[in-house]
Amino acid sequence: MPEKQPMTNQITDTEAGTSLWKDAWLRMRKNKIALASIMVFTVTCFFCFVIAWFCKDPNQVNLVNKFSGPGSEHWIGTDALGRDLFSRILYGGQVSILVGLIATAVSVTIGIIYGALAGFFGGKVDAIMMRIVDTLFSIPFLMIVIVLQAVLSEWSRETSAWIVNNLNWDKGFTDRITNVLPLFFALGLLGWLTLARIVRAQVLSLKEREFVEAATSLGLSKLTVLFRHIIPNTLGPTVIYATLTVPGFIMYEATLSYLGLGVESPNSSWGILIKEGANYLETNPQLLIFPGIIFSITLFALNFLGDGLRDALDVRASKD
Amino acid sequence: MIRFIINRLLQGLLVLFALYTITFFLAKAMPGEPFTTEKNISEEAKAYQRALYGLDKSMLEQYLRYPINIVTEGSFAVSTSKGRPVRDIIAQSFPNSLILGLSALGIAICIGVPLGVISAMRKNSWVDWGSMSIAMIGICVPAFTVGPLLQIYIAAHLPGLKVAGWGSPIDIILPALTLGLTTAAYLARLTRGGMLEILSQDFIRTARAKGVPSNKLITRHALRGGLLPAIAFIGPSFAALISGSFIVETIFQVPGMGQHFVNAVIARDEFLLLGVALFFGFLIVIMNLAADILTGILDPRVRLDSNQK
Amino acid sequence: MPLLEVNNLRTYFHTRNGIVRAVDGVSFSVEKGKTIGIVGESGSGKSVSCYSLLGLLPMPPGRIESGEAIFDRNTDLLSCGEKVLRTVRGKRIGMIFQDPMTSLNPYMRIADQIIEPLRLHMGMDKGSALKKAIHALDEVGIPEPDNRITMYPHEFSGGMRQRVMIAMALITNPEILIADEPTTALDVTIQKQILDLIKKRQKELGTAVIFITHDLAVISEICEDVNIMYAGRIIERASATELFANPRHAYTRSLLKSIPANQTKGEKLYTIPGLPPDTSQIIPGCAFRERNQIGDQSKCLTDSRPEFKEIEPNHWAQDCPGCLS
Repeated sequence: MPEKQPMTNQITDTEAGTSLWKDAWLRMRKNKIALASIMVFTVTCFFCFVIAWFCKDPNQVNLVNKFSGPGSEHWIGTDALGRDLFSRILYGGQVSILVGLIATAVSVTIGIIYGALAGFFGGKVDAIMMRIVDTLFSIPFLMIVIVLQAVLSEWSRETSAWIVNNLNWDKGFTDRITNVLPLFFALGLLGWLTLARIVRAQVLSLKEREFVEAATSLGLSKLTVLFRHIIPNTLGPTVIYATLTVPGFIMYEATLSYLGLGVESPNSSWGILIKEGANYLETNPQLLIFPGIIFSITLFALNFLGDGLRDALDVRASKD
Repeated sequence: MIRFIINRLLQGLLVLFALYTITFFLAKAMPGEPFTTEKNISEEAKAYQRALYGLDKSMLEQYLRYPINIVTEGSFAVSTSKGRPVRDIIAQSFPNSLILGLSALGIAICIGVPLGVISAMRKNSWVDWGSMSIAMIGICVPAFTVGPLLQIYIAAHLPGLKVAGWGSPIDIILPALTLGLTTAAYLARLTRGGMLEILSQDFIRTARAKGVPSNKLITRHALRGGLLPAIAFIGPSFAALISGSFIVETIFQVPGMGQHFVNAVIARDEFLLLGVALFFGFLIVIMNLAADILTGILDPRVRLDSNQK
Repeated sequence: MPLLEVNNLRTYFHTRNGIVRAVDGVSFSVEKGKTIGIVGESGSGKSVSCYSLLGLLPMPPGRIESGEAIFDRNTDLLSCGEKVLRTVRGKRIGMIFQDPMTSLNPYMRIADQIIEPLRLHMGMDKGSALKKAIHALDEVGIPEPDNRITMYPHEFSGGMRQRVMIAMALITNPEILIADEPTTALDVTIQKQILDLIKKRQKELGTAVIFITHDLAVISEICEDVNIMYAGRIIERASATELFANPRHAYTRSLLKSIPANQTKGEKLYTIPGLPPDTSQIIPGCAFRERNQIGDQSKCLTDSRPEFKEIEPNHWAQDCPGCLS
């Protein structure tokens, strides 16, 4: 008997899961803007992460051929150092998109665990945990990110040197990786507050529902119930919120890079490209326009996708 | 009411202290030296300077001394990179930041709120669709794209407007517009959502059943509740404006506080960093309080004399 | 000529999932000073038909497809346009709603809400409107009305709020009061008080009342004529005494049978099986056929909708052989 119980539970779980998502998908399919957004984002990712490998080296300087207009050699021209703008946009997109996705993953993980624990324990623990969130909420996010980023990037420089010296990794490659890591964490470590609130509110209401009582009465431990039964049911609002966080993080990364506090050469990102382009706007507007358009279109797609998901899942993001 | 304000100010103090603690220890963890800008200074001179700024004391003493000095002497210490008292730097740049921030907030409210109300009134019409698309553009096109575009295509062609600089009142327009657009977009979306929520309520039906004409339905019955989400957002949006000001001040060369913050991080100037951070934090606490009071005035169900939300 | 005569009203909702025929050819009339009841399950179209009269439906998706509603011999409420309708709404026809907790504006003082009809329709100045409002609150049994009128709705209990709603709806001495399930959301003890209050004010003012409810017990207490609605149509109409003594349609009989007080103690409670039909599908025959246990299901019409006709003097019902007793 005891061995059988988890299986039965699992079956009910997945059934509830598929019907919710199937339902949402059916509604999503009618939302043309959301569908178009998925397409746009997929195509952008495909270009940045697949096509980019077949493009020119984005850091190949050619001072003779700077500011060349669009042509067969350089599809949309070159920048002030004669680097191919098209491949720079694709490689920059890798960083921008990865920062958005990974920082979201970090903040979602923290937010879910924090919110779920607060909601599950309730009482004094909950009160203290949420008071901390309230306090952190009033602190200007970007300011802390800027300082945190300054701290983390020095560590990453040291780490990079250590890896190159001791493990003999390729220096360029290692630098590229360690250079963006601080951003993932600087943003992710601070972006979890809203999600913690959402998850906590969900858990608080789910805790009172019958299926939790049923699971507890079957003799499952509290934490098992929390992770196997309650957290999976908070996924709807979490997915919506996470989708809307990605463009926010991409924007933050661009802001940091614009201020010279984000990624550094040899990496680039859309924020850096826009910054470089702005310097030559008068004479070569395409240097700002092209990265600017790609950047904004990606943000558009992600925001519309989030809105579409919210409509499809029909969950009101809980306001405080 | 007064109890509520005092209560909130005490909470604000807690926020400021948390902000101070985080910033202090992050600043201490920042790598690099504060005095590396002057090249080739001897170890002796460095030690002298460290002692001068009080950086040779124990971590705990430094941590405690800074806030104590603020309270007892009103002193925010001396900037290590500029050699001037942080208080003077803030006093000089704060008015510019305040003017820029408040004009941006004003622009955001004047554009965002009407746009949201009109969208909600004409839900699913082309007006709604159009203004929400504009709002989405406002959210997705960053200030550092809008700013340069305004400089080249507006400022350069209109007489009176300068590409950058901060002299006459007319110079406020473009930076404030750049800074306010994103907030305007968020306000428009929030206002629309709030108005739609209210317009679907039963009491709107009651008002219609009383024969209230549609313009009065909006102004008398719906606006008050419909604006609440937007008002609750004023505090956070002011924080967003501060973040945005880092960029806008750079683009338009506005001598405000934002650039000092960025420069302080780059120059490892912890006193300037702490001073500016605390001052920004203080402004956000005040704006949050203002938003709370306004909410309490507009929504009779929120009781200001309890500390419940 | 009755005060209000509704003929062949059809209100459809054009939704993404098809056309919902919420009200599908309803006719009834209201005499001056009388009370008629409209009874039906939720979704039967009873509220929608009254909202259609006053133009309170969200349009789109709602649309009035056909019909007329002649008010006071000369105004067709369905075609007169918003401007004329506004002079009727809240002045000559008042309305109270199901949920008093959400039907008053939480952001406005009671005073500002209750004087609104007087200021809008009677052009009264604020001072005399307030005086009249305090008097109106007094008459619906609100203690200390001059004090309480300055409060906000959340400072009132549910029953008190419904009293405020009644005072507000009747403040312009309307000729008709539409009461949309005014007691459903209230405690049983309060229900009785509100019903008595409506009856009392009706007698004092000579107002006609259209009383919408799903509760037959309430109907028996307050109404003179009763209309039973099912799937967007009226299926039986008679005076209250006649209907309760001699129900003819199977649906009415099922409804009466399902009242717990009418059933033998200790036996299983009777409930009507199944659900009301989906009105987004065209119903070719008798709409009640599938749930008909009391009559003879096999004789129910399947290919044409039963005709609504006078089967006895002053007793109308849908003429379906399987349903009529």
